[in-house]
Formats: sequence, structure tokens, C-alpha cells
Amino acid sequence: MAADLNIFITEETIEGGDAEGDDAPLADVTLAVKDNISTAGIRTTCGSEMLADYVPPYSATVVDRLTEAGATVVGKTNMDQFGMGTTTETSAFGPTRNPVDTDRVPGGSSGGSAAAVAAGEADIALGSDTGGSVRCPAAFCGVVGIKPTYGLVSRYGLVAYANSLEQIGPIAGTVEEAAAALDVMAGPDPNDGTTRDLSEVEGADPDASYAAAADGDVEGMTVGVPTELFEGADERVVETVEDALADLEAQGAETTEISLPSVEHAVQAYYVIAMAEASSNLARFDGVRYGHRSESDGNWNESFAETRDEGFGAEVKRRILLGTYALSAGYHDKYYEKAQDARAWVRRDFEDAFDDVDVIASPTMPVLPFELGESLDDPLRMYLADANTTPVNLANLPAVSVPAGEADGLPVGLQLVGPKFDEETIVRAASAVEDE
Amino acid sequence: MSDTAASDDGDGPAVDAEEVRHVAELARVRLDDDEVDEFAAQFGDILEYFEALDEVPETEREEELVNVMRPDEIEEGLSQEAALRNADETEDGFFVGPKVS
Repeated sequence: MAADLNIFITEETIEGGDAEGDDAPLADVTLAVKDNISTAGIRTTCGSEMLADYVPPYSATVVDRLTEAGATVVGKTNMDQFGMGTTTETSAFGPTRNPVDTDRVPGGSSGGSAAAVAAGEADIALGSDTGGSVRCPAAFCGVVGIKPTYGLVSRYGLVAYANSLEQIGPIAGTVEEAAAALDVMAGPDPNDGTTRDLSEVEGADPDASYAAAADGDVEGMTVGVPTELFEGADERVVETVEDALADLEAQGAETTEISLPSVEHAVQAYYVIAMAEASSNLARFDGVRYGHRSESDGNWNESFAETRDEGFGAEVKRRILLGTYALSAGYHDKYYEKAQDARAWVRRDFEDAFDDVDVIASPTMPVLPFELGESLDDPLRMYLADANTTPVNLANLPAVSVPAGEADGLPVGLQLVGPKFDEETIVRAASAVEDE
Repeated sequence: MSDTAASDDGDGPAVDAEEVRHVAELARVRLDDDEVDEFAAQFGDILEYFEALDEVPETEREEELVNVMRPDEIEEGLSQEAALRNADETEDGFFVGPKVS
């Protein structure tokens, strides 16, 4: 079964630590790890030929924390090459299939991780979310995915794609299980200067227990429903999400229509910023210190260019080139600076909205899972599918995708976004959705 | 999509093969001719879509940035052997790169 779905790139085990009692909240839990998260001694390919034989000398902080808490790593999961994609079809190791419907994609870029949970191959899986890459596959595979607030979870050991946007997040079958993993993963890391100590963050609760927040109690909670994130979405998706919101109301939550005018520009801003950061981050892949190296006998520049031609797939080249273009002389102000303006605008829009509501709800993905091959030749179409998830990364906010139900037998995800470092509220709201 | 981003400012989104080759050279990525043509066609669409950013109002950016410092103390790092282990070619404890010119 698993082989047909192409969930794992590498199946090797890291045994969980022998912690006991309160120190072992994840004893007997199996963990699948996206293949852009480093595992000492186990190859970490990023779904790319470039790193097909790369074996990291250290593990990511999140992997150490989860295994110390008792979790056993069972394998490294398939992904869009370097995290660039919305379908897990850009992997150099072939596409992953959606366990719910094997003619369809599992979403991306953490498609292998979501499929591992949906297929019962792991209890918890780690993904990375730069523009929606945890929430999208969670939605398409009918499981739960949490994208934490920027700075809550260490990125040490995550192979960088777009540093200012990405966070590692847990995927699981239930909100409580995902939240329990987040409890273990979260917290400051001396190896990542962008992690925050919650005791120093105004309004944050350093003693928060995310798993305990999965109590389903939404009595009196206000849920903002932004019209912009429903416009243009597939009708079947909208109906399923509206039913889930009606269920929340029946449980005592109050929904109210809100407007986030800035989100209309989020996808453009996201791709400009992500591609710009990618063009810089991926400059490290020159084949000299690690990674694929071409047989070229040319000079440094020729050898470098040939190595990168052979090692990178089409989507990766596309983003490096567009990022280089957007940062180049004459275009920097037109694209990159404007994208930063849009980012600030999105952030302010959300802040204003959270003056009035506790969480913001929308479809996670505006579409049902794509059929395999459907979007590959049309990158712009694939980018547009990220309309509802990218604003969250631009604003550095926490969000969860929880199954809202099915349409035509396919899973539909409901996205709940919260204020910065208020993971407890989105977990609470999401747990009420899955109770129905 | 195409109607949201029409541009007539001269340096609009049309991208020719020459431009793709130039950017590929800056990015140190060799492309074959098929890829150049494919990217030139796709970049036109994608950059035209990005033009919608022109509608974004100038926004005051309040970055919440703080300096993160740690004591300047010697810590354990990778051994030389571990650092070299993934390299294709090494010599006397060094990485061997391509020739410089």
C-alpha cells in the first residue's frame, strides 16, 4: 500500500528516547519527518536530485525534541522539491498519491507527511509551511495540520527555502494529537535566533498547553468570516465550510462577517518574497561542500551552472530565476519593495480584525484536491490555489487546517487563524469543528 | 487574471528569451533552449500577475525586530571529518572546488 502511494523517500528508524512519565508524552508514537528536516545519519534529500545522497551530520532541533519525548521516527516523507509546490508532484522521487483517492494529489509541499498520517503509516508527521505547505496537504488528505506562529518553533536543521515565512508544523489525525506534538516542539532554541521566549512576549502564555486547549469549548468565541477568502472558491468547498461554521454556531460560537481587503494581493506578495529569498538561499548549492556535483571540467561559474542545471527540477529553477529577476537592478522597487508593502498591509489588516474577533475562519484551499498532472504545466494556476493560506505566513500568524467534511467524497479543510502566539484559541476552535 | 494587471509602462511583463538567459546567467543556472522558451512564455504570465502589486498602497512598516546576541564563547562544532563527509572531492582536509578561471 505505502509503496504505491510513494509516501516515503527513505524508510529508516530513529528510536525514541527512554524518557519516562511526564517527560515521555509521545511514548509509542510514530513520527514521519518531511525530507527537508535534517536527521543525523539519515539522508535528507529535499525531494531533489541535488541532495539525493546528502547525509546531515546533525538533527533538527524539532527531531531531537520529539524523539527525546519518546516518538520513534519511521521515515522521511516525500515532498515538492525544496518545498516548492502545492501538489507533491515536483519531487525528483515521483509524486505521492492521495490515500483518500489515489488518482489525486495529496497537496503540497508536505504531501508525503499528510499522506503518511492519512494512510496510517505514522501517528504524527512533520511538515514545513512557507505559504501553506502544512495546511494544504492536511486539507487535501483529510487530516489536521498546524502552522505555528513565526518564532514559536525552531527552524534549526530545516533546509531553508524562504526564512522569513516558514515554520515547521505538526500533522496528525486529531487536533489533540497535533497539539501534543506542538507542545513538545515549541520553545526557544539557542541555535535559532528567530525563536522567541514566550515569557518575554507581551500577551503570550509561556505555560500554555496546546493539547489541553483541545477541549471543544467555543461558547462565546467570536469567529470572523472574511468574504474575500470565500470569493472564487469552489461552491462545494464553500458549502462544506459553511456547514462546519453553522456547527460551531450551534455550539455557542458567534460568527461575524469581516473584510480583509489586503489579502487580494497576498499571493503575489508571497511569491515575490518567497522567490527572492529562495534565489538567495539556494545559492549555497554549488556542488562543492555537499550535494550533487556535475562532471563539468569548466571553470567555477560553468561548473556551478551545470551542477545546478542537473540538480534542480523545473519548479526550483523557475523560482530561483524569478527571484533573481525580482531582485535585479530596475525591478527591485517594482516587485520586492511593493511586496514588502503588501506584507505590512496584510499584517495590519489581520491585527485590526483581531480587535473584534477571536479567530478567523475560511476554506483552507479554495479547490478540491487536484487530479495528478492537472496543474503541472500551468504554474500560475498552482500558485493561485494558495490564496487562502499565504496571507497567514505574510502576517507570521498561527493557523490550523481541520477537516470540515467531504464534498463529492473528497476532504475539505477549514482554516482557523489566530492572533500571534495564540495557538490555544485556534486549537480550541478546531477541536470543536472535529467534534461534529 | 490577465485583466487585473494590464501594464503599459514600457518595462511591462513581456519577457524574451534573451532576458531569461541573462537572469539564468546571474543565477548560475544553465538552461537548455527548450527551457529558455518555456520559461520566457511562463514568466510573461507570472510577472503580469505580479504587476497587481502596483495597486498596493505604500504602507508604514513597523518591523518587530530585536537584536539577538549570545556570549562570544567557544562551543563544540562539527569535526573536520564530519564537515567534509558530504563533499564530492576533498584533499588534505580541504574541499576541492572547480578551477577558478
